[in-house]
Formats: sequence, C-alpha cells, structure tokens
Amino acid sequence: MNNMKLNLCLLALALLAPTLLYPVFLAKVLCFALFACAFNLLLGFAGLLSFGHAAFLGTGGYVTGYLMIHSGLTPEVAILLGTIAGGLLGAIFGKLAVKREGIYFAMVTLALAQLIFFFYLQAPFTNGEDGLQGVPRGALFGLIDLSDNMVMYYFVLVIFIAGYWLINRTIHSPFGQVLKAIRENEDRATSLGYDVNHYKWLAFVISAALAALAGSTKTLVFELASLTDVHWHMSGEVILMTLVGGVGTIFGPVLGAGFIVTMQNYLSGGEMGNYIHIIMGAVFVICVLSFRSGIVGQLMKFKRNNF
Amino acid sequence: MKKTNTSVLSTVVSGAIAATMICSAQAATDGQVKLGILADMGGTYADICGSGCVIAAEMAIEDFGGSVLGKPIEMVSADSQLKPDVASAIARKWVEDEGVDTIGGLVSSAVSGAVSKVNADSKNITLISGSASNSFTTKACNPYNVHWTYNVVALANGTVKPMVQAGKKKWFFITADYSFGHALEGMASKVINENGGEVLGNVRAPLGTTDFSSYILQAQASGADVVALANAGNDTVNALKAAAEFGLTEQMDVAGLLVFTPNAQAMDPATAGGMRLTSGFYWDMDDETRKWSKRFEQRHGAIPSMIHAGVYSVTTHYLNAVKTAGTDDSDIVMKTMKETKPSDFFARNATLRPDGRMIHDMLYVEIKKKEERKDKNDIYKIIKVIPGNEAYSPMLPQCNFS
Repeated sequence: MNNMKLNLCLLALALLAPTLLYPVFLAKVLCFALFACAFNLLLGFAGLLSFGHAAFLGTGGYVTGYLMIHSGLTPEVAILLGTIAGGLLGAIFGKLAVKREGIYFAMVTLALAQLIFFFYLQAPFTNGEDGLQGVPRGALFGLIDLSDNMVMYYFVLVIFIAGYWLINRTIHSPFGQVLKAIRENEDRATSLGYDVNHYKWLAFVISAALAALAGSTKTLVFELASLTDVHWHMSGEVILMTLVGGVGTIFGPVLGAGFIVTMQNYLSGGEMGNYIHIIMGAVFVICVLSFRSGIVGQLMKFKRNNF
Repeated sequence: MKKTNTSVLSTVVSGAIAATMICSAQAATDGQVKLGILADMGGTYADICGSGCVIAAEMAIEDFGGSVLGKPIEMVSADSQLKPDVASAIARKWVEDEGVDTIGGLVSSAVSGAVSKVNADSKNITLISGSASNSFTTKACNPYNVHWTYNVVALANGTVKPMVQAGKKKWFFITADYSFGHALEGMASKVINENGGEVLGNVRAPLGTTDFSSYILQAQASGADVVALANAGNDTVNALKAAAEFGLTEQMDVAGLLVFTPNAQAMDPATAGGMRLTSGFYWDMDDETRKWSKRFEQRHGAIPSMIHAGVYSVTTHYLNAVKTAGTDDSDIVMKTMKETKPSDFFARNATLRPDGRMIHDMLYVEIKKKEERKDKNDIYKIIKVIPGNEAYSPMLPQCNFS
C-alpha cells in the first residue's frame, strides 16, 4: 500500500513537472532514467557488469533517426524498429559475452561496443561526427503532432512508465527470482538445474532492447542521433548513474539519472563547465567510498534502522 | 481505499492538464535582445574560438553602448564541447526556455549545423562565424543563417588554385573526418581538377587526433607533389609536427588549407615558414585592424584569430540592424541586415547576400620565416588581397531568401 501511494505521488510529480521545468530537460532525464533502469536490470539483478551499453542506446537512436528521416514511418513504428534492432544486437553480443564472467564479461562487452562505435564513425549513413541532424519528430499514429515539447514530454513519460513497468514485472517474476539466484550464487543455481547462461542471455537481450528504446526516444526528443550516444563515455555514465542512485534498487537508477543529468545541465553552462568531468569523477569516488548502496539504498537503510 | 486512489489520480491528471494549458510558449520578439555565444572552451578549437569569442562578443556589445530598444543587451555563453548533441540541447534550451534571440560564435561545422536546424525551426537567427563548411548557404541553407568570416570555397579558391597553376599537379589529402573536412576536401579537389591537377588519394583522421604518424606515412607513400591538410586548429599543428618529424616537409609541399593565427603561432617557423594560405583577417593589416586587435589582446592575452574578429563584426552588424529596424523580430532584422552593408575594420567591401553569405575581401598570406619575424605576433606577410567575388562562389537560386 505504501509503495502504491509513493508511486502515485511520483506520477503526480511527473505529470505536473513540465509546468515548472523545461519539458525537453525533463524528457532527457526520463530517457536516461530508462537507460539506467535497463542497465540496472543487468547489473543489479543478474550481477552482470556490461561496459558496452552505449552500443544499444546508440543503435536504437541511429535506426530510429534514419527511419524518421528517410522512410516516412510514424514515430511509434520507428521507435519499435529501433528497439528491435537494439535487441537483436544485444542477442548477438549477449551470446558471446555470457560465456565469460566478471571482468572478462565487462571487457568483451566493451570491445564489442567499441567495434560498433567505429562502425558508426565510418558508416556513411550516420554522417560521422555530424550525426543525424534534424530528425523529424513526426506525428504519433499519424494523428498527434509531437513537435510541441509538452506533447513530446507526455509521450516520453508514457514510454518511460511502460519500460519501468516491464522491468518491475521482470524483476518480480519467477524469471527475476532465478536471475537473483544466479547473482547470489551461480553454482547453486546451476546445481538446481537452471541453464544459467540462457537466463543471463535473456536478461541481456531485455536490457539491450530497453536501452535501445531509451536511445530511440532520446533521438526523437533532441531530433538528433550522434556519436556521443555510442561512445564508451556513455557506457561509463550509465554505470555512474546506477551506482549513485543505488544499484539493485528499482527506483535508484531513476534518481541517479536525474541527479547526473541535472548536474551536467547546470554545470555545462556556467564557469564550472571545464571541470564537469572532474566533478563527476569526484562524485563517483565519494559514492564508491562512503555510500556504496547509493542514494536510494542509503535511504532504505536509514528507514530500516529508524522506523 | 482503492476508490480514494483513483480519485487522487484523476484529480492529479486533470490538474496537470489544466496547468499545461495555462503555461504558454515564450515569444522571441519580446523587445529584449539576448545573445548566446557557443564556443569550444577546452577542446581542439579552444584557441581559435573559445573564451576569445565570448570576449569579442562582449566587446561588440560594449562598443555598441550596452543597450538597444531601450533595454540592456543580455548575453549568455556555453561550451559546445564540439559535440552536436550538446550544442543542440543548449541551443534548444536557450531559444525555447531563456528567450535567446540569436546564437553566435559556433566553431565546428557539425555544431553549427545542429544549432542552425534548431534555430530555423524556432525562427531565430544563427550568426555563424567559426565554421567553414559552405553547406549553410548551399544544401542546408535557410532564411535565418548568416555566415560570416570565411568558408571552404574561399579557402580552396585562395590557397589551392595558385599552387595548382604554379605546377603542383598531384595532391594528397589528410582530412578531418566530419562535415567541415569533407566539404573542404571536396571543394579543393574540384578546384584541383578544374585546373588540370590530380588527386592521388586521401586519408581521414578523426577530429582531435594527436598521433598523425600513420596518416603521414600514407601521404609519404602516395608520391604526391603536395600534401594538403584539410583540417584545422590543433589538428593542423599536430599533423604538421608529425610531417616534419617524418621528413615529409623536405620531400613534398605541405599546404595547410585552414590555418588560424594562434595555430600559425604555435607552429615551428622552420617548417611552417613560407607556407601560403588564405585568411579572412590579419591583425597587422592596417591601422584600423591594429587598433582593434590591440584592445582585444589586452583583454584576451593573445592576438585575435579571424573568427574572433568575425564574431565582433557580425555581432555589431546584428545590433545595428536591430536598432535600425526597431524590433528584434527575426524576419525584419534579417531583412535589414541584408539591406545594409556591413563596414568595419573586419568587413571590407562587404555585402550580406540574400542567401546569408557575407562576401568580403580575403587575404592571401605567407607564414613568415624565423628571420623575417620582428616579434612573436609577427606571423603573416600579406601577398595579395582577393576580392570577395573571386573568393566566394555565386549564390544558388534555391537559397535566395530576399
């Protein structure tokens, strides 16, 4: 019941927020929140640290952007195809990566993501460093014009809630229980008769597809798909978001994404612009040293101890 | 309990919708002139349009008197980090949320392209001073683009043509791998082919490359007369350094197609001396340029590049147009800008064409050798002045927004 009330409050906040804050900024926060949630499904619940999630974010973005510019599809179809493309890429990457564990898993995903980065850098359809500029937002179902920022925000909110719900559902399903079992003790899960690699692979594909969904949506919000989304910095940023918010908590990545994006937003304009990477590095170090369970994890601990 | 929740939800939703209706978009024509300057504060192009571009715009506002239409002129600035997505997000926030009328500075063609798209959608003027690609007044032209200072056509016509005509027929390109490099290489290749020369090959290096050795080796193996550097900023400096280290400068000519004064200053005079290039401005041309450049140097600590001077010139022209027109409405201001001839220490024999291209005299210069230099700021020797009509290509009919 308590959770229900909290969720309703948050929904109310999300619905009212664009009247006070700039809607494009909020839409950006939601896109990154979804991206971080997708990543958290893998790190927090299956215990797999992927260092190449930017590849899926970028793939979703490029596919959707390309389709919107060249094919005249409606945005929901373009987003769907972008998501599927990311999922397929995830299926291939996952097959290779789950064969290894720990640091080797991270290295395999990083290597594959770098491969994708250089592919997008050289492939003619991505326009290299320019990126896909001027992606039209189009009209949802051919009816609702998305060029208005308010409308776009609510569309992104719907996508975010759908993605968030799906992740929530996955975590609480029997499938999610098996993932948690693998995270806690892989050998025991194997001895119980679960095909561990298959479960890991499925989690990887779901996570990749949702990351691509976030990328596709982001491309529509900014009307731009660029190399930044496929760069390994982006893979690092999503780890930071998840860790700051609280790895393994459901709401943590959302808060972490909000925190990091807000920080980038306010720092990039002012005098501090040159130091943004230093500040983010410091936040990362402080987070890892003093509150490892992240903001949400720490709050939950506080609640458990005091109430 | 379930019922309460539903009613809470419906109240919230209807409240949100009502609030959305009340909130309306901010108008750009509010009589308050606000400029945004996007520059590269810490990257490859920081020397040619970083904090210097912000200072140049500040100087223009101060010299103009600080206010127009009865209100003080406001200015904001930000770091584009040379990334089109960062630039596009900042530009969008500025014009949609903060009432910015026009965005200037704009180094890197990828950044300018992204910003120009955002501005065209919201009918805001883009004052491009730092980018070279000619696409802003050709294939990506729109009624709100103003392209000042220089472009790839002027560079190719100014630098490449005399070299090919002097008998340097075989060319090899080391190109920055984004729209500017591609445009510059394409335009230079066209000029080479038209004048009976031949392009033997090219290699593309990502923006911000520090190690050019593999590219230099490819250039060395090509057997060309001239290796053309179709890049800019620190990329040119690093490429030339590598070329000197590999002995390439002794075997072939190296042509820097786009060299800015701060970069020319950073190059070793022993290798760069004698190199000829095209520039839109040189600080030591005459009394007028020296007077402004001294003031700029006092504030910035270095002599101005052509982009710095361009930012000052275009900002002044924009503010004059707002004053003459008596409004900050983009369409009217654009019309006024194109009707009045810009004239200051930078813009000589200048006109702003209906396609947004500013035509002015360009300079064909030679980098001085060590023994020719009086002090550290004495870099170029002006060989000739190229009239604007010879330097720039004619206007395309589809880009005529008169």
